[in-house]
Amino acid sequence: MGGYILRRLLQAIPVFFGTTFLIYFMVFAMPGDPIIAMFGDKTPNPALVAQLRAQYHLDQPFIVQYFIYIGGIFRGDFGISYSGVPVGDILLRTFPVTLKLAVIALFFETVFGIVVGLISGLRKGKLFDASSLVISLILISLPIFVIAFVGQYVFGVQLGWARTTVGPGAPVADLILPALVLASISFAQIVRLTRSSVIETSSLDFVRTAYSKGLSRNRIVPVHILRNSLIPVVTYLATDFGVLLVGATVTEGIFNVPGVGNTLYQAIIRSEGPTVVSFVTVMVLLYLVVNLIVDLLYGLLDPRIRYVK
Amino acid sequence: MSNDLTERPPLEATPPSANHFVAPLEETPLLAIDVVKVADKPSNLWIDAWRDARRRPIFWISGFFIILVCVVALFPGLFTNVLPNNNCQLINSNGGPTAGHPLGFTKQGCDVYSRIINGTSTSLSVGIIVIVLTTVLGIVFGAFAGFYGGVVDAFLSRIGDIFFSISYILAAVVIMSVLVNYRSVWTISLAIGIFAWPATARVLRAEILRVKNSDFVMASEALGVSSLRILLRHVLPNSIAPVIAITTISLAAAIVAEATLSFLGVGLGSSIMSWGNDINQAQKDLRTNPQTLIYPSLALSLTVFAFILMGEVIRDALDPKARALR
Repeated sequence: MGGYILRRLLQAIPVFFGTTFLIYFMVFAMPGDPIIAMFGDKTPNPALVAQLRAQYHLDQPFIVQYFIYIGGIFRGDFGISYSGVPVGDILLRTFPVTLKLAVIALFFETVFGIVVGLISGLRKGKLFDASSLVISLILISLPIFVIAFVGQYVFGVQLGWARTTVGPGAPVADLILPALVLASISFAQIVRLTRSSVIETSSLDFVRTAYSKGLSRNRIVPVHILRNSLIPVVTYLATDFGVLLVGATVTEGIFNVPGVGNTLYQAIIRSEGPTVVSFVTVMVLLYLVVNLIVDLLYGLLDPRIRYVK
Repeated sequence: MSNDLTERPPLEATPPSANHFVAPLEETPLLAIDVVKVADKPSNLWIDAWRDARRRPIFWISGFFIILVCVVALFPGLFTNVLPNNNCQLINSNGGPTAGHPLGFTKQGCDVYSRIINGTSTSLSVGIIVIVLTTVLGIVFGAFAGFYGGVVDAFLSRIGDIFFSISYILAAVVIMSVLVNYRSVWTISLAIGIFAWPATARVLRAEILRVKNSDFVMASEALGVSSLRILLRHVLPNSIAPVIAITTISLAAAIVAEATLSFLGVGLGSSIMSWGNDINQAQKDLRTNPQTLIYPSLALSLTVFAFILMGEVIRDALDPKARALR
């Protein structure tokens, strides 16, 4: 286990430097002078330009700029948003809301996905299976903002069951509709994963043995089939939870959920370039950390993973 | 199956004087049994896949729709003679359907139907450019990483990890917000494609790891074939099927990515016809005039649905294991 943790941590180091370098490179190697752009149409005072250049370390070579920026990240300095609030503070304020949304969405997709997937797998080729396949394909095809708008229009505007946007404090009742929208994408994946896994497990020898020694179906399905089919599903759920924690930019934006994704959404639609970049960096780093934790936990749960290179 | 064995003439009664009971050699025409049917085409994975796919109605339905989308993209003039941006009159703002304008008007008074027809080529071009990029990059990285292994694999796979960690939507958001003045079909496709290839590379790498241990690879090595030639002539053609299988689905994902970016306002400029742009413009009128939002969304979803269905058929056809699950 120790060797596995070490190997996984060592693998994460080049990826950390690589991703931050790549984002930094994308922004600073692009055409256009960011300092001149700050002045818009006006002709700036050359002395002021020089001062700003020094302030943002733009007079240093590219690689030095990058390390100054990395140093900031290690000190917890992720930059400052357009409104002058440190990005780190915004994260601390918005993360709990995203966490709440992620937990609700994960609950919906797990319960519905596994139940539908199990029934489809047990009744392979029947009507239920065929219709769940069609529904999951439709859900996969619909872009998330289309699902969000349909949900908002049908449940919010037409039926009036839910509020179209989330109210102050993000109460759980308001988060149910956005959580269902978020869950709908992964729902399709979980149904298909569970289904194929259940079909595979059902044909294994120990299931046949269980049937032939006279166990009832009510015991075989949950204990023998379902439990052994869930390994790939749990992996998917863990990774998906990581994705949800990083924040669903589009869904949170459309429903105005005051979470991590929404701050990025607002920065994008207001074209606040530097804020967008610092949020994307934070999200990518958060994703790396969550993925690392998921991998380590997974290695703990399934010993086979530790020995695979 | 040859019926020669069952239709063999009965053994002639041998006279008791005969001191051997072995049938005459000429009796069974050996060549007739063992003849190789040269005239028949040799079957392979691709022919089997085609045989499997063409039996499924979904293949024909999605295929028809994909061809329709291509025709609309290439010749929008066949479907509408209303120019998408001219004749936009505010007097028609958010108007309902009228003669010649079957889907009504946008807030700016432009014809919704014409905008959808003229936006088709944008989505399709982005999808095609992105899959060409991801397939080429994915094959180069995946093939070398899987085939050469060791340090090469560690290096190329880490590069893949780096690009994979930055999701292509987020990466494209950054690139497109920096490239404010250079937004076009090409830049958005590059922004998506440069970050979407690791998925292809991972699929190919896994398949090559499996194929490179085959006996025919060892045979080629024993014959002294150079390693690059083995990779290009023997390993790659035998491991390309999973890459082909995910291409159609990647195309759908790229179309969604473009629409999402345009929807967020960091995609294509407003002068370029795009379903994502139209959905973005229409979202503020969700309560008052939902059809301006619904029709472009429907066009987008149906196109993506057709490509995903086709991807499913192709994947099932190329993967015998997936056929068993059906």
